[in-house]
Amino acid sequence: MNHSGKSLLRRGRNKFLGLITILLVSIVFGGIGHAKDVELIGAGATFPYPLYSKMFDVYHKEYGVKVNYQAIGSGGGIRQLINKTVDFGGSDAIMTDKELAEASAPVIHIPTCAGAVVITYNLSGNPQLRFTPDVIADIFLGKISKWTDRRISSINPGAKLPDTNITVVHRSDGSGTTFIFSGYLSKVSREWKEKVGAGTSLNWPTGLGGKGNPGVAGLVQQTPGSIGYVELIYALQNKMPYGMVKNKKGKFVTATIASTSLAAETNLPDDMKVSLTDTDALEGYPISGFTWILVYKEQNYAGKSEEKAKEVVKLLWWMTHEGQKYTEPLEYAPLSKKAVEKAEKLIKSISYKSSVIMK
Amino acid sequence: MNHSRAEVLVLGAKTETMRWRKPALSEPSFRKVLSIAGAFILLLLLAIFFSLVIASFPSILNFGIRFLFSSTWDPVRSEFGAFPFLLGTLATSFLGLVISVVFSLPISIFLGEYSVPGTGATFIKSMIELLAGVPSVIYGFCGLFLLAPLVRALELKLGVTPYGVGIFTASLVLSIMIIPYSASIGREVISLVPSDLKEAALSLGATRFEVIRKVILPYAGSGIVAGILLSLGRALGETMAVTMVIGNTNFIPKGIFSPANTLASVIANEFTEATGSLYLASLIELGLVLFIVTTIINLIGKLIIRRMGVEG
Repeated sequence: MNHSGKSLLRRGRNKFLGLITILLVSIVFGGIGHAKDVELIGAGATFPYPLYSKMFDVYHKEYGVKVNYQAIGSGGGIRQLINKTVDFGGSDAIMTDKELAEASAPVIHIPTCAGAVVITYNLSGNPQLRFTPDVIADIFLGKISKWTDRRISSINPGAKLPDTNITVVHRSDGSGTTFIFSGYLSKVSREWKEKVGAGTSLNWPTGLGGKGNPGVAGLVQQTPGSIGYVELIYALQNKMPYGMVKNKKGKFVTATIASTSLAAETNLPDDMKVSLTDTDALEGYPISGFTWILVYKEQNYAGKSEEKAKEVVKLLWWMTHEGQKYTEPLEYAPLSKKAVEKAEKLIKSISYKSSVIMK
Repeated sequence: MNHSRAEVLVLGAKTETMRWRKPALSEPSFRKVLSIAGAFILLLLLAIFFSLVIASFPSILNFGIRFLFSSTWDPVRSEFGAFPFLLGTLATSFLGLVISVVFSLPISIFLGEYSVPGTGATFIKSMIELLAGVPSVIYGFCGLFLLAPLVRALELKLGVTPYGVGIFTASLVLSIMIIPYSASIGREVISLVPSDLKEAALSLGATRFEVIRKVILPYAGSGIVAGILLSLGRALGETMAVTMVIGNTNFIPKGIFSPANTLASVIANEFTEATGSLYLASLIELGLVLFIVTTIINLIGKLIIRRMGVEG
């Protein structure tokens, strides 16, 4: 009796071990079982994350290909791509020459949508303000420190401006938003370029830092006389006031989804490694930028199968075509026609073992 | 039948005792398990320390000791110095500690000595412990949306630049966050004061206040200090809540109302988007500096506790 009890116990334990083994095996090899169950892994920018998760969800339902995107930030996405641990990276910033050199193989930048950065402020009565590039630069440099400054009032003749100090609010965390904004200021102001420069994190000459869009928005909404910058999507969703900005062609443009898309109606280079800030486009909003998917041009790396490489290309094609219809409902700016044409060429250049995947 | 049944019973009892005995560890192997656990912690700390050193090597080589005293933090030009953040960390933590002691000491005296044991005291006790369980991001949001406007109003009255956020606001948030740590340890050690000591003082005609001042506080002093220091460690490393209310500027703070930055908040802010090996290494070196600062403060704390050493 006792013996049989023991062996029963042992058998039970064996059964348990067996179950665990089956479970582990199925976890490890589960993905390989079915031909269609390819999983693609991406990591990077947080800005397009809501759009990407929608796109990848739809894509999974339609094509059975699971795409796992980790929104760890553009910098992290680039690092992961360099380390070859992901199938694609996401970034709001163009890879620097140094990063491209670290990547050892050519990386192509495929735009997926565009976004804009708006100047928001806290003034009583919420006047609709207009800004010129030099005024924005000098406010964020701390050179214009009062709302009553002549340079502000001369472009805003109708607005009632208070006699208070300007409190500048900027992002404290590294972000693509800061990259686009500082990239714009570096283009329009020589002093900004020399003193501060462009990057995801900066050595800010003045002002307070808030963490993330909510942090900046929170500080701006609380501090009378403050000015800050946030993503257009965030301003729209939270009904924050934002100013018009004078573009290169001399036109004051309000940031909208349309004017952000229009910023790309300009001469785009073939590699699409282009900043849209300070665009030549007549109706384009000047503080705009693409967000990109980064992939290796040669997909045969880190033991990747040809099948997987094909799925990457298919996904990219879908994102820049059918997938574009999900941009506007989520308040992202879709790619302009020209941008899609350039993206097509780039996608068609992706190869596996030196032969082009999509003909 | 009977016989065999008895046999079975005996057998059963035997296996019963066997079963109870088997998992019990013998004395030497029990000690071994304990020392492995102890050694593991030591190993873990050393591993953290060395991995921080190794990962921050590019920055240590590039900047050397200058890293600690330079006040420029410029990711665009790859110039990194930790001085303003070190200052901000120490300022917020110590100010937070001073503010929290004002509250935590009376709380621990009240709960450890004055209050009548019962539902009321238990309720207060569990409420205070609940404070420790609130996620720090909640403290951050409360600080930003409730406390910052109040601080701004205060700043307007005092005539300083009304930022609302800064060292003072961060210290207030920190002080609330660390109260549970120092208060519960303080309560614990105060309730451990032997009652014959207290009764002796009372029988000599001491008032309750005198008992607290002359008997309880001297006796429980080192324990109370230990609790306070434990909470200081918590304050030094607090990230999320501080980041939201400190203002995040890389300047050397001019006063307690200035916006500033702390070591932990810079890491939290910039780590995700940091590209370039020197930038990343510098951020990790900030972590190393924080690690060392925390260690030094803990060592000083140990010294203080030993000096105050319990007598009697």
